[in-house]
Amino acid sequence: MHADPKGVLTGLHFIDGDHAACEGAIAAGCRFAAGYPITPSTEVVERFAARIPLVGGVFIQMEDEIASSIAILGAAWAGHKVMTVTSGPGLSLMMEHIGYAAMTETPCVFVDVQRGGPSTGLPTLPAQADMMQVRWGSHGDYNVIALSPNSPQECFDLMIKAFNLAELYRTPVFFMMDEVVGHMTERVAIPRPEDIEVVPRRWTSRKPGDYRAYEPGEDLVPEMVKAGDGFRVHITGLTHDERGYPAMNPQAQDKLVRRLVDKIRKNAHKLVDVRGENLEDADVVVISYGITSRIAAAAVEEARAAGRKVGHLRLVIVWPFPEPLVAELASRVKAFVVPELNLGQMVREVERVVAGKAQVVSVPHAGGTVHQVEDILAKILEVAK
Amino acid sequence: MSSLAVNVELPELQNPLMPYLRQDRIPHIWCPGCGIGTSLNAFIRALDEMQFDLNKLAVVSGIGCTGRVAGYLNVDSFHTTHGRAIPFATGLKLGNPDLKVVVYSGDGDLFAIGGNHFIHAARRNMDLFVVCVNNFTYGMTGGQVAPTTPLGATQTTMPYGNFEPPFNLPYLADSCGAVYVARWTVYHVRQLTRAFKEGLSKKGFVFLEVLSPCPTLYSRRNRLGDGVEQLKYYKEKSVVKNGADTRDVGLSFQGDIVVGTFVNRERPTWLEAMNEHFSQRFGDRYQPYGVHRED
Repeated sequence: MHADPKGVLTGLHFIDGDHAACEGAIAAGCRFAAGYPITPSTEVVERFAARIPLVGGVFIQMEDEIASSIAILGAAWAGHKVMTVTSGPGLSLMMEHIGYAAMTETPCVFVDVQRGGPSTGLPTLPAQADMMQVRWGSHGDYNVIALSPNSPQECFDLMIKAFNLAELYRTPVFFMMDEVVGHMTERVAIPRPEDIEVVPRRWTSRKPGDYRAYEPGEDLVPEMVKAGDGFRVHITGLTHDERGYPAMNPQAQDKLVRRLVDKIRKNAHKLVDVRGENLEDADVVVISYGITSRIAAAAVEEARAAGRKVGHLRLVIVWPFPEPLVAELASRVKAFVVPELNLGQMVREVERVVAGKAQVVSVPHAGGTVHQVEDILAKILEVAK
Repeated sequence: MSSLAVNVELPELQNPLMPYLRQDRIPHIWCPGCGIGTSLNAFIRALDEMQFDLNKLAVVSGIGCTGRVAGYLNVDSFHTTHGRAIPFATGLKLGNPDLKVVVYSGDGDLFAIGGNHFIHAARRNMDLFVVCVNNFTYGMTGGQVAPTTPLGATQTTMPYGNFEPPFNLPYLADSCGAVYVARWTVYHVRQLTRAFKEGLSKKGFVFLEVLSPCPTLYSRRNRLGDGVEQLKYYKEKSVVKNGADTRDVGLSFQGDIVVGTFVNRERPTWLEAMNEHFSQRFGDRYQPYGVHRED
């Protein structure tokens, strides 16, 4: 299915990542957003509020992030593609509804323009320190998808992918920007609507009476309906059976929670999105994501110029983590260098998957600015010796 | 077999309201003497008398004993998180303005953890019908103090009697801008049914408080007898005062209960205000949202 032309500003733009993310959402078909002001993410919803009246949709500024994060779920069950936008403290408040979205399998996009934390931290300065929170932050077992753009252009392009994945897997999808990507202004090319592929909701073809709200398909994802169409569904955050009815027993729990995790885990091979450079002959591989990948790319280039066999693996989809790919690299490289704007989050995934087969070196940074190229280069040279 | 057995063909008897319930979910979880079921009965009677199109009705609940209402009604129903039924309902209503969205939840859910959402939805005049079954306590968690517990009543977390003043819910709803505010008890089933019909017909933020016994926790801990004793109390101490100043309808421990329709006024809903505002701002370029909805 192609994008609705009404929402697509085809052409060349000079805009920041927050604005580009908003355009990506509208192009992807998002017609309902709810949010609460928080730096450095607010520009996304400011633009949405300005744009949506003439596109045909609704923005509502709710009373807090808790309300925003469940208002979108209500709108999703009314049939809309939905998003909310926030940063660290707001994301913390949204955690219960991330779990509710996972449990009720409600397609939705959470945009997190990351800033320094913990707590109020550095509202106007970057970090990448919410990477584990989006994977594990709500209580209980579930699984999510997270993407990490590194430019305004990617804020547009990958946002469409984020919405498409939310529809395909009926799970919360996180759009992990950071303050620098959000506020960086660059050229953004918006394609023609017929060149933008959008995934429609997986509406059931069944009739009311035949339909069971949580009967999974082959890929473990159930088909969806919306309120008002006569299906008379019951949706609950309680453990439920395939009818959607509460089922308070260990068997129902095991069946449901395993499926929520497996629908991502077993489809993880379809969810690999990485950019690899110079991996063929590499002794050392830098693994990075988001804004840090741009600094890492410069460091890799300098190391190559200095004659070191260094490759670069950039994670575009961060969750699920591309385990087989990293494991394969681990069997043939000497070391991994993992720079990130936190004190070591995704490096734990690298260590887990590498499992001692190669050296894994973290290049931590507490946030507030990006790495210096020299800091990453120094680590590369150290392990490439 | 006794030789006295007689074969009598009994007609299949069914309560005419049963199709409104998910019969495969019965029996319900509510205790004997609890009034939530009575309130639900009044709601269903209202739907039946109005021949309401059930495919255009959605019921949203929070968490707690009253929160289970959504699960028993045979309509699109959403059992959400604790305190957040109103913002979920806000998204649902704005997502599909053709739906009648009823929020059905308890006093703890709507006014403690959910209090912020209540006041803002009322301020915005969001087109929602909010029904609060007020039993003065947290039933599902075992009888803790609520923001509605009368002064002096004993609760597990106020073991020596409650010293916190409770909310006067109709006054709160009125002062935040609700367009319809009424209170009845589950003793007043006819008036309650009428109030449900009025609420279902009214556009804008509608608030109906329904006082209900909780014999298992509230009544037992305060030695108030069973559910019937509480109904007798409602019967004896209720005073009907339609149009009463909501400042004067606060409740005290086993004191008088002012019931009636206190507020009934007109105000543009959030969506009407948005459409009106954008039509003025953008003229013909603006297609009013939700008026000619495309799917």
